[in-house]
Amino acid sequence: MSSAPGEAFQGNAPGGISGNVLEVRDLSVEYLLERGTVLAVDEVSFDLAAGEFIGIVGESGCGKSTLLFAIAQLLVPPAEITGGSVIFKGRNMVGLTDRELAAVRWKDLSVVMQSAMNALNPVKSIGAQFDDAMRAHGVTSKAQIADRSAEVLRMVSIDPIHLKSYPHQLSGGMRQRSMIAMAMLFTPDLVIMDEPTSALDVVAQRSLMVQIKELQEELGFAIIFVTHDMSLVSHFSDRLMVMYGGVVAEFGATRRVFDTPLHPYSVGLLEAFPSIRGPRVPLTGIPGSPPNLASIPPGCRFAPRCPKVMARCEVEPPPLYEVDGTLVRCFLYAGEEPGK
Amino acid sequence: MTEPAASQPPRAAIRDTALPADAAAPAESEVSSDQAGTAALLRTENLTRHFKIGSALSKKHTLHAVDDFSLTIGEHEIIALAGESGSGKSTVARLLAKLYKPTSGEIYFQGRPLSAIRGRRAVLRYRGDVPMVFQDPFASFNPVFRVSHGIMRCLKLHRPELSAQQRREEAERVFTAVGLTPAAEVLERFPHELSGGQRQRVGFAQALALRPKLILADEPVSMLDVSIRIGLLNLMADLRDTQGVSILYITHDIASARYVADRLIVMYAGHIAETGPTEEVLSRPRHPYTQLLLSAVPDPRAPLGVGAETDQGEPPKVIDPAPGCRFRWRCPLAIDECHQVTPPLRELLPEHSAACHVARADAETQAFR
Repeated sequence: MSSAPGEAFQGNAPGGISGNVLEVRDLSVEYLLERGTVLAVDEVSFDLAAGEFIGIVGESGCGKSTLLFAIAQLLVPPAEITGGSVIFKGRNMVGLTDRELAAVRWKDLSVVMQSAMNALNPVKSIGAQFDDAMRAHGVTSKAQIADRSAEVLRMVSIDPIHLKSYPHQLSGGMRQRSMIAMAMLFTPDLVIMDEPTSALDVVAQRSLMVQIKELQEELGFAIIFVTHDMSLVSHFSDRLMVMYGGVVAEFGATRRVFDTPLHPYSVGLLEAFPSIRGPRVPLTGIPGSPPNLASIPPGCRFAPRCPKVMARCEVEPPPLYEVDGTLVRCFLYAGEEPGK
Repeated sequence: MTEPAASQPPRAAIRDTALPADAAAPAESEVSSDQAGTAALLRTENLTRHFKIGSALSKKHTLHAVDDFSLTIGEHEIIALAGESGSGKSTVARLLAKLYKPTSGEIYFQGRPLSAIRGRRAVLRYRGDVPMVFQDPFASFNPVFRVSHGIMRCLKLHRPELSAQQRREEAERVFTAVGLTPAAEVLERFPHELSGGQRQRVGFAQALALRPKLILADEPVSMLDVSIRIGLLNLMADLRDTQGVSILYITHDIASARYVADRLIVMYAGHIAETGPTEEVLSRPRHPYTQLLLSAVPDPRAPLGVGAETDQGEPPKVIDPAPGCRFRWRCPLAIDECHQVTPPLRELLPEHSAACHVARADAETQAFR
């Protein structure tokens, strides 16, 4: 950020008082369907410090994408936030009008979606789409727009010549990188990423992850990164949240969760993918299927698939316990302190 | 599995009588020579597929999707074909499925050239022997029909000798074989009532109902959750062991290839980069591209640390390629020769070959770690 136009787009310093960019409290999201409600996210709470990288992992249908959409206020009916708050830079995002949200989006908070092919407009050049976002936030000088657009593309190692390219002319990796460049236009405080690498192959995926991490270290924004592939974030995130059936199953420092997973579901997830190194061992995955969130069982949601299930798990939902700084929702740790 | 052994001889007999006259003669000689030699089920020789691209009127460019691709698939084995998107691995599957015609080269199935398989009945029989399982379990089923619909139609088309009752029994048998139980009940469900993993099992059941010799599985698990994938990989190994089928497992996930495959082919830009027994190739990768692939696999068990590679994973240009190694632009070891001569596949270690001028049998040539 040395050049003059760059400085004009620096975001404000994050929420002064607590140092947290984002505070999510007891957030619940329900899908209100004709045949009943589906509780997709059930009282999820967490804080995100400025410049922190949180990974959220879980199977499809565990509520991780719904949680992201709720944080970004992108939910559309029948999904609805039915409780809790999302405090972004000291301001509750829940209940803001579209106009108020539009002022925040791109500028302070950007979202990078799973499929860049669908997120980018196929009939507009990359440059025109950057132009759109910047004009919407009051940047009208053509020179400024051109400078900044070229600058963010260079940040993600794409030649600015591609501002004139249309999405179909770029490779999958370049499309995802230009989405990330677009998210950087105003140097936001928080970037929300929903499986941005899942359409890429392994080399491009690795390269993109390294690039995201480097940008983050350089520009200091916070990241919430949702993925179903736990191994992907293992080297990049500071903290890791494992979600299961709409609730937090385990939440702690990434390395800790990988080295000593506490929740039987985390253990199962870690054992579910084959390793490229070390001995070749038969794996079983996690038998059974994720819970039906339209009819939540009275006890622990993982109980039907859990290898360590106890009588208590079937009748009573476990609270979060705190074990050496890691939050875990399992009665195996019933002796420990209750977590917040 | 009650029938395969018993039904094999009559089926082969039917095959011969049904052959078009022009194809019968070369086929027989091929079969005998093959049976004497290796137990190759399917083999390709210098298989090449090019696509003309450009505007409708002036197709002046040629995209080399698959070039000079030779492989052998034996009986009861899982071969993994790994490579990044755009490497031509799906084109290979479509060539083997007889959905594309090769530009040059030939495919031999049980010793018989594929180009000689003509006529509706012969092609149908080949498709029954070599069915495909598709990548996307959400798009490959008709949502308005129960899952029994697809498998019943397959059976009616490919095995017309079965009565309605037998078709039903056969459908239940293969559903049970792929772990969809109770089979009678699952058959009556609609696709939307099944999870992604279950749908992909239906895909395998449908293939299995044809009593195939070789299943072409194009990225069968890439759309599934990590926790579900292993179940499907185990199913593939199980089908090889109990049903005696071979599987061509196409994937970009080299760790899953390691988990199930007996042999591994690493493809890059339409060429085979490296091939050999899976464990051998992965423990001693000789081609720089294989080394790059391996270094990019996220492994939570490995120590924390951001790698220093600068490679951006950009796919190679295969439009009107000049001679020379197609990986040379990304290869830190490239020498002058790589820019002029396309490296042939050389056997460096027993059964382990790589197409690289620089690669040696010893470990000195390490481009990526």
